[in-house]
Parts: sequence; C-alpha cells; structure tokens
Amino acid sequence: MRKNLFYLIRANGTVAGLAATLAIAVSSSAQAQLRVEISGVGANQIPIAIAAFADESMAPQQVSAIIKADLLRSGYFKVIDTGSPMSETTPINYGDWKSRGADALVVGSVQRLADGRFDVRYRLLDTVKAAQLSALAQAAAPQMTRVSAHKIADDIYEKLIGARGAFATRIAYVTKAGKEYRLEVADADGEGTQVALRSNEPIISPAWSPDGTKVAYVSFEAKKPVVYVQDLVTKQRTVVANYKGSNSAPSWSPDGKRLAVALSRDGLTQVYVVGADGSGLRRLTNTAGIDTEPQFSADGQSIYFTSDRSGGPQIYKMSVAGGDAQRVTFNGNYNISPRVAPDGKTLAYIARREGKFQLYALELANGQELRLSETARDESPSFSPNGKYIMYATDSGRRGGLAVVSVDGRVRHTLSTQAGDIREPTWGPFMK
Amino acid sequence: MRNLTSTSFILSAALLLAACSSTKLDEAKAPIEDRSANTAGSAAADPRSVATVNAASADGLDDPRGVLARRSVYFDYDSYIVKDEFKSVVEAHSRYLTNNKNRKIIIQGNTDDRGGREYNLALGQKRAEAVRKSMSLLGVPEAQMEAVSLGKEKPKATGSDEAAFAENRRADIVY
Repeated sequence: MRKNLFYLIRANGTVAGLAATLAIAVSSSAQAQLRVEISGVGANQIPIAIAAFADESMAPQQVSAIIKADLLRSGYFKVIDTGSPMSETTPINYGDWKSRGADALVVGSVQRLADGRFDVRYRLLDTVKAAQLSALAQAAAPQMTRVSAHKIADDIYEKLIGARGAFATRIAYVTKAGKEYRLEVADADGEGTQVALRSNEPIISPAWSPDGTKVAYVSFEAKKPVVYVQDLVTKQRTVVANYKGSNSAPSWSPDGKRLAVALSRDGLTQVYVVGADGSGLRRLTNTAGIDTEPQFSADGQSIYFTSDRSGGPQIYKMSVAGGDAQRVTFNGNYNISPRVAPDGKTLAYIARREGKFQLYALELANGQELRLSETARDESPSFSPNGKYIMYATDSGRRGGLAVVSVDGRVRHTLSTQAGDIREPTWGPFMK
Repeated sequence: MRNLTSTSFILSAALLLAACSSTKLDEAKAPIEDRSANTAGSAAADPRSVATVNAASADGLDDPRGVLARRSVYFDYDSYIVKDEFKSVVEAHSRYLTNNKNRKIIIQGNTDDRGGREYNLALGQKRAEAVRKSMSLLGVPEAQMEAVSLGKEKPKATGSDEAAFAENRRADIVY
C-alpha cells in the first residue's frame, strides 16, 4: 500500500516569531501511518542547502527528502531550496551558495551495486570556510535506504550542532484499534512501522533493552498484568515476572542484565529487581504503600521511582541495593513517571497541577522545574538517547497521539495515526 | 434458573394429576379399556412423563437473585476502604469460599482513567487488596484468592463524567 505522509511544519508565532506555513509531502513505500506535525523552531537555526542526490530515484526511498525532513523536525535547521541534483563529485561554487544564504551544503549520490545493495554517498560542505566538514559512503540493502538517510542526517546534526543525532534510532509504542492492541516499532520519525506483538488484551509500559534488540513490556493476555521480554529479531518471549498479583513497570539496568519491576506479590505494589531471564528476584522497597515505576539512573547506581509514602505520589531516589530513599519532587501533590536523561542531569516526569496532567523537566542540580507541555492528559515521557528531546503520549481530542518536545521546550512535533489510539511511547537506544 | 425449576415441577405435577383424573374418567365411562386402568392401579406417573432434576441448583453462585450475584465493590474517589454497604457482598463470598474449598477467585481492581497507567495499576491493586484483606480476615485461605489490578486499562464505563469515573472505581470478584 502506497501512502503519503505529510510533514506539516508550522513556525509557532509565540515561540519563534515567524509565521510561515509550509507543507512537504514525502512519498513513502512503507506503511506510513503516522502523521507528523511540527511547531516551533530552535533558538539558532543553521541555514543549510540540501541538494537532491544524483540518481536517488533508483532507491526505494528518496534519501535527500528524508534528510531534509529529519533536520527540519529537529528545529535547529532552516532548509534552503536548491535546483538540480548535485553529487559528491559535482564542482562547488562556494561563493554562490554563500550568497544564497546557506552556511552549509549537502550533496550526494545513490548507486545500485552489482549485489543489489545501494551505495549512498554524501558530503557536507562549509560554504563559509569553503571546506569539507564530513563525508560518508554506506552500502546497504534496499530496505535499509531509509536508515542510510537517517545516518547522514545524524552525521550532519553531529558536525553542525555538536551533539550526536538520534534520527537513526527507533521508537516503540502501543496502538489500540477496535479490540486489537499492538506493540509497534518504527523509525524515530514514525516511518517504517513493524508490529512486534498483537493482542486482544492491553499492552502497557514497553521498555527497550540498552542494545536495542529486545523490548520488555506488560501484557494482560493472561487476564492479569505479566512482565515479558521479547527478542524483536527472533520473536522469542521470556516471562520475566509472573508472580501472584500484578507484575508491571519494567525498566532495564544500563548493562541490560537486570530489570527493575513493580510487583504486588507481597501485598501492595513494591519495587523489585530481577535478572533479564527472570532469575534472582530481590525486593528493594519495603513500605506499607505504593512504590512503583522504577527507573535506573544513567550510571546504574540508583533507582528513581514513584511512591505514595508521603500521601500523594511523589518521585524518590534510592540506591540499587535498596535502603533509604530521598524525595526528589516537592512541587504539587501528584508527580509520577520519572525518566532520567542520559546525562543524569535532568528528570522528566508527569505532574498534575490544577487538574492537568503535564510534562515537566527538573534540573536535578538546582531543583529548577520547567513545564514542557500545554496539553492536559500527558503520559509516559521518554528521552531521546542524545538527551535533546522527550517523547510523550498526549490526547489529541479523544484520541491518543504522541508528541516530541525539545528539552528546552522550544520545538515540538506530534505524531498521530488515523486508525485509532497511539500511546505508551518509548525511545530506543543508539544502535550500530 | 429458579423459574425454570419451579415451572418443571408444576408441569410434572399437572401431568400426574391429569393422568389420575383421566383414568378415573375412563374407569367410569369405559371400563373395557384395560391399559389405562392398569396405569392407574400401579399408582405411578405416566411412564412417558419426565421429571427434571437440576444438579446445579444447590450452588448459591448460580442464583441470579442471591447475594452472591453481587460481585462488585465500589470505592469513593481516592479511597481504598471497603464501604459498609459492600460488607454483605464481601461476607457472602467469604462464606461461600470457606464452604467451597475447591473454588477460587480473582479480585480485579480498577480505576478511572485520570492519571498515569502504572500509578493507576498500583491504585487498582490497592482496591483489590482491600477486598482480599477483608476476605482474609473472614477466614478465606490465601490459596483461594488472588488480588490483581487492571488499572485504567479495562474501563467498564468509557465516559469522562463523574458517573463513569464512579463506575470504574471498582473491584470485581471473578470466579
């Protein structure tokens, strides 16, 4: 089925002071079911010209269009129109590009190899210094053309912004259409969706393994919540926690060897750790209330979690060995779903303030809190692996959609699907 | 079930009466008829009549009007205490379970759809656990009960008004 995915880029007047509206239709052969809408731009946008790649129509995906869409979505770039295709060997008139306002120029080509793979080559040029900043040549299977394009966007982002790009990463989320629940995996831009699990019972709380090959989740297929780990490649499933009562909230340790989970086997919901194969269960919290949503810190030394020990739910932090916990959130009486940034400096969470459930970020060093959403029913935050963005579930009308916001709150885009509800997003790790 | 049982009882009694009266009539008016006279003489029902025995009727769980037919315990907003009006439900099921050691229940806790999925799962557990604890105090062995939560994942009412929220603040007893 051939469908078009519309990227609607809207410069948000309140954030950026711009008022241009521009829509690009990107033709895609994959099941493009997610609609992307972007609003807001970064503080400093780099003007970049991206030429059509020579012979790129041979490949199943239009490489230059994917690169453009990635960079636009990031909010850090202003894409400047170019004319005819330019390969990495086309002579460059730097002065001409400079006068057109482009600080950087991207050129490249696509070539079909004898073994059926596509060789995607690219060069990133600095028009001010009249010099090459980077170059890549990737030979990949036809179905990997999209990944090749995302990797080029990653390289451009890294060379010009100074942080690793996360365009070639993947996301997982849950859809609900009619009675069917699906755990799906897609590229970070919502393209190239694949179904990992189909069920007539709810699926919640997916979590990527640090190597990006497995997803832990909670499935209600046994008429109660049970924690599974599924190998995405082999589709082998391991029951990690199926104890008496409810089993939920899986979170991976950074080394991928253990999972923190929330179990009610001893009464109310408490935090435990268990081996990724389901062995060696150990209880970490010991309260007469609720302790749930454990999350390992980036260094693997602490666990953040939600607890109602002080009344309403608040976020706490304890050692991976258990023991005493320190309270982390103090504003308001409802703070849940902690997620720690990859650098360990920022905590994202959902707070209820004046009846609205919204995404917040807390600078752990100084306790400064920043509200990152304007909607009222936000859930399940998840950091991009480069720490620059947070993806979360939000309500667009009565239907659930996904949103991505930059950690400074300046840039936002939403992903929604026409077929039902989309929720429980989790952003996967960097992969080779 | 109760209706069916009584109907079949009335039906067989009526057949029996009909059989008796018809024989009497036959005896009076047509004594030549040997077969009907024999039937009446054996003092038994018509050999072609069938009386129904309902084997399940003894189990109170099957009685749609009995107290065991009530299987939901409702909770107040932000509350995890079994209210007095639901004590009779908890007591009846406890009595049934202590008298029927081979029966098991799952207590499913639910919440309204406001707030996070995982935290709601823990809140639903708190409701299921409140019912489980009450039944445990009434002598129901742990092996016959399991308290689980469905959180906000399986709402009975899908609206977002107070009536729907109240319907979903619930623990169900499932056999």
